[in-house]
Amino acid sequence: MSGGVGLLSLMLAIPAVAAIVCLFVGDRNARLVALAATLVDFAFGCVLWARFDIGGAQWQFVERADLFGRFQWALGIDGMALMLIMLSVFLMPLCILASWDAIKSRVGLYMAMFLIMEVVMIGVFMAQDLLLFYIFFEAGLIPMYFIIGIWGGANRKYAAFKFFLYTLLGSVLMLIAMIAMIAEAGTTDIPTLLNYNFPPAMQTWLWLAFFASLAVKMPMWPVHTWLPDAHVQAPTAGSMILAGVLLKLGAYGFIRFMMPMFPDASAQLMWIVFGLSMIAVVYTSLIALVQSDMKKLIAYSSVAHMAIVTAGLFAFNQQGIEGALIIMLSHGVVSAALFFCVGVIYDRLHTREIDRYGGLAVNMPAYAIFFMLFTMASIGLPGTSGFVGEFLSLAGIYEASSWVAFVCTTGIILGAAYMLYLYRRVVFGELTKDDVKAMPDLNAREWAILAPLAAVALWMGVYPESFLAPMRGDVTTVVARLAPAKPAGDAHLAAGKPKPAKAHGEAAHGSAHAGGAQ
Amino acid sequence: MTADLALIWPELILTIGGLITLMLGTFLGDRQVGIYQLSALLTLAAAAAAVVALFGVNATVFSGTLSVDSFGGFAKLLIYAASFVSILVAPRFFTGGMRAEYPTLILFAALGMGIMASSRDLMTLYVGLELNSLAAYVLASFMRTDDRSSEAGLKYFVLGALASGMLLYGISLLYGFTGTTDFAGIAKVLGGDLNIGLIFGIVFVLAGLGFKISAVPFHMWTPDVYEGAPTPVTTFFASAPKVAAMALMTRVVIDAMGPAVGAWQQIIIFLALASIILGAVGAVGQKNIKRLLAYSSINNVGFMLIGLAAGTQAGVEGLLTYLLVYMVTTIGAFLIVLQLRDPYGNQVESIPALAGLSQYRPGLAAAMSVFLLSLAGIPPLFGFWPKYLVFEAAVNANLVPLAVAGIVASVIGAFYYIAIIKTMYFDDKLDVEVVDGGNIVEGSIVTVSALWLSVIGYLFIPVLAAMSANAASVLF
Repeated sequence: MSGGVGLLSLMLAIPAVAAIVCLFVGDRNARLVALAATLVDFAFGCVLWARFDIGGAQWQFVERADLFGRFQWALGIDGMALMLIMLSVFLMPLCILASWDAIKSRVGLYMAMFLIMEVVMIGVFMAQDLLLFYIFFEAGLIPMYFIIGIWGGANRKYAAFKFFLYTLLGSVLMLIAMIAMIAEAGTTDIPTLLNYNFPPAMQTWLWLAFFASLAVKMPMWPVHTWLPDAHVQAPTAGSMILAGVLLKLGAYGFIRFMMPMFPDASAQLMWIVFGLSMIAVVYTSLIALVQSDMKKLIAYSSVAHMAIVTAGLFAFNQQGIEGALIIMLSHGVVSAALFFCVGVIYDRLHTREIDRYGGLAVNMPAYAIFFMLFTMASIGLPGTSGFVGEFLSLAGIYEASSWVAFVCTTGIILGAAYMLYLYRRVVFGELTKDDVKAMPDLNAREWAILAPLAAVALWMGVYPESFLAPMRGDVTTVVARLAPAKPAGDAHLAAGKPKPAKAHGEAAHGSAHAGGAQ
Repeated sequence: MTADLALIWPELILTIGGLITLMLGTFLGDRQVGIYQLSALLTLAAAAAAVVALFGVNATVFSGTLSVDSFGGFAKLLIYAASFVSILVAPRFFTGGMRAEYPTLILFAALGMGIMASSRDLMTLYVGLELNSLAAYVLASFMRTDDRSSEAGLKYFVLGALASGMLLYGISLLYGFTGTTDFAGIAKVLGGDLNIGLIFGIVFVLAGLGFKISAVPFHMWTPDVYEGAPTPVTTFFASAPKVAAMALMTRVVIDAMGPAVGAWQQIIIFLALASIILGAVGAVGQKNIKRLLAYSSINNVGFMLIGLAAGTQAGVEGLLTYLLVYMVTTIGAFLIVLQLRDPYGNQVESIPALAGLSQYRPGLAAAMSVFLLSLAGIPPLFGFWPKYLVFEAAVNANLVPLAVAGIVASVIGAFYYIAIIKTMYFDDKLDVEVVDGGNIVEGSIVTVSALWLSVIGYLFIPVLAAMSANAASVLF
């Protein structure tokens, strides 16, 4: 990839150029330009995945250009970044399609903001330079502020302000920590920083500063309150991208920066993450149970899912981290789909009140089936993507702490409760209301959005290896980096005594369980 | 002595050019706007060329009272550029009321500011400062039939005189206790034990200079003067004198007070934090865009002072970069204010009147958003970069609490910037539209600066770093 413009730069350039074009070509053409640009980017993403060498070098498609003097235009991806980039470029054309008819005013600006959003999101996952990362990370605030504020619901201005200021306040502390890291390590290069051993006393402060920022982005309890407001007020596609990708930036920051760069502090302060995650899982699930607004319910369920992600990551073992990553991908697809499902009926009746619906299974059978699938995926039914992630991460968490695993599992039961309760009230029951009776079933555009989402949710549930394989090596690297600091778990897993039959089989078996046996 | 004259070409050109412009105005009459405007612009361009020609010279002239170096050169280029723009946009604003005194006063103010930026003696410092201030008082009340403009001039004059008094008192104390007005000589004495007289001297000099950069608690004049003065003059006040006073303050702090770190550093830290916080909080309730930008300038001065508080070369480099980026941003923002007019041709300064601006003036609203977000320091806009540099300098100078307090307070500042964007983009259009009174000159300056402040600016970091390092190295 040396010399010339690399694939990653190209993937950033296409939506950036298209964003500028969208501003000048009028409403109808702006939609087409945006759709074309996001589809091309998706195609490039597929090329990226196809050419990614699983088990090869940790960083691939590396590009470096010394454009900025003090820091570099340095791009490169590993397996985790690849999967999250795929998630972004996969969701983006669907978001554009989802806004096709719903957005009627200032379409050019809207499409431009979404395309800028795409640049920023994939830029975050590609950045190999600390400052470049920060610039992409923060830049996402601006387009999202406009998307919520201009095309949002009735209380959109308040939600936009809250989103902007909340996340900004978190991020600025991370900047100070980054400055201290750059001063200490003398480089802004992320791969170098990943292997730099910061003094343990310093790690604690850096960890806390990063945590302040990433916990808000995640969002973790108790700094999650911006999320329900932002989701409820944002337009459908805005919620899709917010839940689908933006919430993953926080978790990506955890696994990319906090855990490998500050392993000692991560081990030391693990209790904070576990404590907040446990509270979040139960508390936000209970809140979700009593919501009367569909979007708010799904927003709270996102907080609960993200809490399982954080707990899984801090389990410090292969299953936990892999599971957390799969939940991130799964939740990205499923929550985007659920928000779109809400958007479909919102476009028809213009209300998100759950009580205003009921009996949709009668007049919208196709919709009911899709909604059912995504509800089940959110609950974590085997065969859907949610199951794989939740099972793996809970297995990992159990190894680290059985109490945390116990509480997080409670959350999954509650999750089933609120999702099924939502589904029952919206889709089942008597079809009595006249305006609900008049709602037509899915049109071709909505089919085109839901079908790929459903396919991916099932694919991830049936054959997760496609998604796990590229990430496995990177997770192993992180686990190895964390190993010296890893505290003993309370699970006391012991391998059973194998029969002294075949000698070579015993050796392989023993080493496979060595991690849990300590 | 004659050899010295060869090194002060920029000052000579400005003096002669200023006098020629005055004569042109006197003999040709105030209506020959084009001629005296051109004369003033050419003078500034020639002075800037002379500064560029003198780059690389590092000498002192007139018995060591004035220095010719790249630090002064950097500041002068910024000052001349800001003055250039202020003259360029003026005739359209004053329409019939343009007089030849305007460009002449700006030229003399620029001369005074050039002397401020290159002085290395308390006396030349004071001469330069007063030359600039006297011209500025008159400029503030340039629209003599307008009540607000007269009030601004008077207020500026009275408070400015007070500040000059404090400064002079501080200078006399420093002179009395060190026996010299030379910066290097003062630094030598301050390297030893500090007595109460020296400390008082330092405090009063910094207070007087704090007034000129409008740092809290010496900021009270700023919103009133910015609001009352004619908009091209406000553009000028917000840019050039900030550069000059900041450069002067840097020179005094590093060159003259350098060894007495304990004495000046806490004052600068206080000024920085107070400016950032009060500049942010004070702006929240403002309804007038010029007042709001005044508070924004107070806020930004606070961030620059963080770079100065670090007291390192990196800190001064950050400060100089900050000055440049801030100048471009603030000029751009004021040029937009200049273009806002109601259907009767009156200036529009109220923020609620901008409601829905993006729907009928998308370009103007977009450029304003770029300037505001850049002032707030939100990446990817280029305003982020100088903020990063000053914070980095502060962290590396072990001033982490200062950096944390400053950056957290910057979030308060972000609130009012995005509130204006809210008005322009989220609010519904009003019945009375604000019409764009712009022309090609203003439009292109706004466009170029907005583009530069969006991501393009990052490509200039190596150039900026080299320039600011070259300038800052003189002081260390």
